[in-house]
Amino acid sequence: MIEVRQLKKSFGTQLILDGVDLRIESGESAVIIGRSGGGKSVLLKHVIGLLKPDAGEVLVDGDLITRMNERQLLRVRRKFGMVFQGAALFDSMTVAENVAFGLRRHEHLTEAEIARRVAATLDLVDLPGTQKKKPAELSGGMRKRVGLARAIIYEPRFVLYDEPTTGLDPIVSDSIDHLIMRVRDQLKVTSVVVTHDMRSARRVGNHVFMLHDKKIYAHGTPEELFASQDAVVRQFIDGVADAKEIEL
Amino acid sequence: MNFLSQTWAGEWLVGLGRIAVMSRDAVASCLTFKASRRDLYYQIYFIGIKSQAVVLVTGAFTGMVLTAQTYFQFHKVKMDTATLGVVSVAMCDELGPVLTALMVAGRVGAAIAAEIGTMRVTEQIDALRTLATHPIDYLVVPRLLASMIVLPLLTVEAIALGICSGYLVGTQLLGIDPTYLYYNMLRYTGDIDIVFGLVKSFFYGGIIALVGCYKGLSCGMGAEGVGRATTEAVVYSSITILITNFFLTLALQRLYVLMS
Repeated sequence: MIEVRQLKKSFGTQLILDGVDLRIESGESAVIIGRSGGGKSVLLKHVIGLLKPDAGEVLVDGDLITRMNERQLLRVRRKFGMVFQGAALFDSMTVAENVAFGLRRHEHLTEAEIARRVAATLDLVDLPGTQKKKPAELSGGMRKRVGLARAIIYEPRFVLYDEPTTGLDPIVSDSIDHLIMRVRDQLKVTSVVVTHDMRSARRVGNHVFMLHDKKIYAHGTPEELFASQDAVVRQFIDGVADAKEIEL
Repeated sequence: MNFLSQTWAGEWLVGLGRIAVMSRDAVASCLTFKASRRDLYYQIYFIGIKSQAVVLVTGAFTGMVLTAQTYFQFHKVKMDTATLGVVSVAMCDELGPVLTALMVAGRVGAAIAAEIGTMRVTEQIDALRTLATHPIDYLVVPRLLASMIVLPLLTVEAIALGICSGYLVGTQLLGIDPTYLYYNMLRYTGDIDIVFGLVKSFFYGGIIALVGCYKGLSCGMGAEGVGRATTEAVVYSSITILITNFFLTLALQRLYVLMS
């Protein structure tokens, strides 16, 4: 279970999060939606301890991670896999080396066993036979799949996705959505997906949180949120710009 | 604290504090053997083997020009055969370790800062952390160990080649008597000169790796940030080497006097 309590974060004088509360149960597939630059990725990075909050708490399975130092956090992070917006693949390594990174660092396996697990995970993300390619040779969608393979190979309990479909065409986005659902169902992981893609949010989530004005403004099942008549929620879901923004 | 960090002196002090904390973590990590051997061997190859050409050329031409200049002065007072003694002591004590370190700082320090800086701006450092890997263990420690192992070896090469090329210039171009030239070189060069050079180069190896890694890990966002980190890594490590050289020379001499 992941619990965030009264989380506050600012960069310099700019306040990004101002008292965020949310609770994600084990096995849940949570989606955090909100406007670009609204602090969704910042919130996600707090969940895995990549950022320290100015105030507030983050608990993972009851452990207060906000008071842990970097070495203590490393133990907690073994429960997590994270897929980055730009994939963040290690560009000096091949696909196989990227995917095997976590296994090589933390598990004492033979090279044959590592190769077998890499191949199986690449099959799961529909990228068989790409082991020897370098990240620079891959398309955006393929890079995200490799990032996902790297995040799930050691079978974490939580998988965090930072804008998994941003910058991809609708067909590739659709395949990434299916992949997220496949990983969720086959590996029984708790997923946290940050997105502003409404179609994706509706499909992959069973609990949607809307971040607005530096707080969780609304949350509920996708059906509840998408049926909401609240003006702010409706504006975001329908994608209607303010008159002021149209002038810009 | 915020006010302090906004001034030039404050920024400098904060930077010193951060590099000190990073160095402490790196040394602690070295002592617990958290780095992988594979990464260490690659860094030894990258820092050591690939720096051969630049270090050898530096050593050779420094020895040659120092021999020529010393000869031009010593010849006036009929001390031609003492030329290589001066070259040898200067190469062992100062020029070998310092020039090797400056050349490696230019080549390797910049590469370390650029590589780690690019990893930072493309979120690869965050990816490392999410894969339960400490950036100090994975990025800093192999570079620090490799640099501290390799720099004394490169320095020995530069010193040896500098003296040999000085000998050749002295005997073949300047017409100095080879026997006395060689004899005086051995007479004036003590074991302690070589030890001083090696001890110094060991510290310079640490400075190059730590400054390069720190600049990479703390670099600003975007291409501009990486560019600035790369430049600063070379400038700061070079200046630190030159300043450290003065204090190390005094400290080592003092230590030598106390022990003898």
